[in-house]
Amino acid sequence: MSTFLGMPSLPVFGTGNLHASESFPKAAHRELGNAQLRANLGHATHTIRDKRLKVVAELPDWEQLRDAGSAIKESVMARLPELLEQFEENFTARGGVIHWARDAEEANGIVAGLIRDTGETEVVKVKSMATQEIGLNEYLEEQGIAAFETDLAELIVQLDHDKPSHILVPAIHKNRTEIRDIFLREMPGADPHLTDDPAVLAMAARAHLRRKFLTAKVAVSGANFALADSGTLAVVESEGNGRMCLTLPETLITVMGVEKLLPGWQDLEVFMQLLPRSSTGERMNPYTSLWTGVTKGDGPQDMHLVLLDNGRSAALADEMGRSALHCIRCSACMNVCPVYERTGGHAYGSTYPGPIGAILSPLMTGIEAEENNSLPYASSLCGACYDACPVKINIPDILVHLRSVDVDSKRGKKKIPTQMDVGMKAASWALSSGKRLGLVEKGLPIGRLAAGRDRKITKLPGIAGGWTQSRDIPAPPAESFRTWWAKEHQRPEIEGARKPPQDKGDQA
Amino acid sequence: MRIALFATCIVDAMYPNVARATVNILERLGHEVVFPSGQACCGQMHVNSGYLKEAVPVVANHVAAFDNGDYDVAVAPSGSCVASVQHQHPMVARSCGDTALEARATAVGAKTYELSELLIDVLGVTDAGAQLGSYFPHRVTYHPSCHGMRLLRLGDRQARLLRSVQGIDLAELPEADQCCGFGGTFSMKNADVSSAMLADKTANIAATGAELCAGGDASCLMHIGGGLSRQGSAVTTLHLAEILASTEEAPVSVTGEVRVSTGKAAR
Repeated sequence: MSTFLGMPSLPVFGTGNLHASESFPKAAHRELGNAQLRANLGHATHTIRDKRLKVVAELPDWEQLRDAGSAIKESVMARLPELLEQFEENFTARGGVIHWARDAEEANGIVAGLIRDTGETEVVKVKSMATQEIGLNEYLEEQGIAAFETDLAELIVQLDHDKPSHILVPAIHKNRTEIRDIFLREMPGADPHLTDDPAVLAMAARAHLRRKFLTAKVAVSGANFALADSGTLAVVESEGNGRMCLTLPETLITVMGVEKLLPGWQDLEVFMQLLPRSSTGERMNPYTSLWTGVTKGDGPQDMHLVLLDNGRSAALADEMGRSALHCIRCSACMNVCPVYERTGGHAYGSTYPGPIGAILSPLMTGIEAEENNSLPYASSLCGACYDACPVKINIPDILVHLRSVDVDSKRGKKKIPTQMDVGMKAASWALSSGKRLGLVEKGLPIGRLAAGRDRKITKLPGIAGGWTQSRDIPAPPAESFRTWWAKEHQRPEIEGARKPPQDKGDQA
Repeated sequence: MRIALFATCIVDAMYPNVARATVNILERLGHEVVFPSGQACCGQMHVNSGYLKEAVPVVANHVAAFDNGDYDVAVAPSGSCVASVQHQHPMVARSCGDTALEARATAVGAKTYELSELLIDVLGVTDAGAQLGSYFPHRVTYHPSCHGMRLLRLGDRQARLLRSVQGIDLAELPEADQCCGFGGTFSMKNADVSSAMLADKTANIAATGAELCAGGDASCLMHIGGGLSRQGSAVTTLHLAEILASTEEAPVSVTGEVRVSTGKAAR
């Protein structure tokens, strides 16, 4: 084995909460059985879907905005090293400290070390996907540091020791009665007479969180955007809890994926129009916090940014898949996805569920990581996600690409080919020649015979049994179109035309 | 006009009436139809299942069958297969480094139309009743298939043609833009999710009170029809081409031949 000191082997794949630990069909089967989940999800996704369509329709230049968003992100990915260095220079010049993390372990270690340096054992957190991706809360807990989520839905999920099922509305799978029960059980000092009235629940959470905000000395956040030309970070949110975390504590530690970078303020304009409309269906989000380094006597005086790779370089190295890194985590693709709508986020295993998760997770971890090779198949390729994506990520094409990466990764490695392998090979032979397909079609009467008197096939063996689980197959016709055409034409061997008939009567 | 018919493999083998109806419609408009006999399949099942290598000969065969300059335009009674010919074939050729095949595939794709696209955009059909004599006195609902809708941007072309059929009672399908759950091998690999999607589609179809659900893709219709049949529904599915081909003198035969039906539907 050759070893080059200081050179990591490439590609460096992501670690942490990016894996499906059971295959998607298996997990989906379980989640589909949860009627409450399906009802909540159906209601919530349809509501957000309709809101999004309404606010998007208000903008005459929506398509141009999508094009602009896509083009900006494409250029950022092409110039990533240069922009990152520019950002580092500006962030550092304004009093911030940059830390580079190759993967989840490195990032967790850096954050824990920074917290330890402050002598604190409690931190408040702004809702962040990056810290979920690296499993920061769990890691800190092991280190004796308690991390408190301050976003209402994240708080609910955390109190219930559960996992988020949606990136924007993490508690989408819980209803208000369940939430009241969680508060009563897990929230210190909760009023025992708590009702499930949403306003009452919100006030209980507010009182609980206020105590945390006023005592916390350290906050951990993610970031929606980073502006290279000024070293500015941005968090976009609805509740204002983020603003509290970003301004009250003495130390602020931000963890951000390297792909969040934008060249400058003018680019932010495009995304501030795209993001709220795509995510919550709002024209504008209630709170946008932007901070540029340390301001003496105002806000956190100790400011850190952990720049996280964790598989992003690996995704960037995939020419067909790299545009998945354009994702701004709006969740529009989830809200329109018929698969996500029925299974919820947990079925995808990873922090990133839905259509974007089905491509992003395997791109970041490599297709062979655990059960992540089942994710690209978790789609009927209906294309609704591509239409909804504010930065025009062609999710269906990337799904298909990753399926071929999966199939190719197994070629020559299996002792016995799967039914799918055998079927695809046989179909390739039969369907790559009109003569051969014609030959196969001579067998249609056999299928007709098998269908029997009720003219339908109700049970098929093997993987085709998935079809007959809920659908019949009609009895095949007595003859194929090809055979009929050949009979109708004088010289069936020679492909040719016929004159339009006067009236042929019943054709169908 | 000389029009080459791409029947598609599923129609050729399972729903020959759809191809016959397509020939009938085009001939009725005075056009000449040819059937390139080398044709077989567009290969999207292979591509969409990740078997790109196995898709190459299928794509090459299609391009060879249709790359003969012996026709003005090609037509297929399927949005999905046309989308594959236009969008996937050049990509498959590229994937195996065959630039010549890529160029030929792109040229074939540019000449290939989905049926409603050909009828409206090229052949100027705006009123099926008047121009084709289409007559179909049934209550029908309509499912716009995903690939026609989102890859070909067919818009309301198919619905417009249906609406102009004499005697038809077209019922709006709730949540029509939602996928039926077919997705090729998705229906087998993720059978549970696919079935859940199908259940919602068939419930929406039942809610319309229609006798049948029309559409422009035989594969989606086989999926929806297969689900309706399993549920014991009297509702069945029928391809747009067959409805357009139906006339007062020669109504489309909806006897259940190559169509899953319990036969309970009032005809």
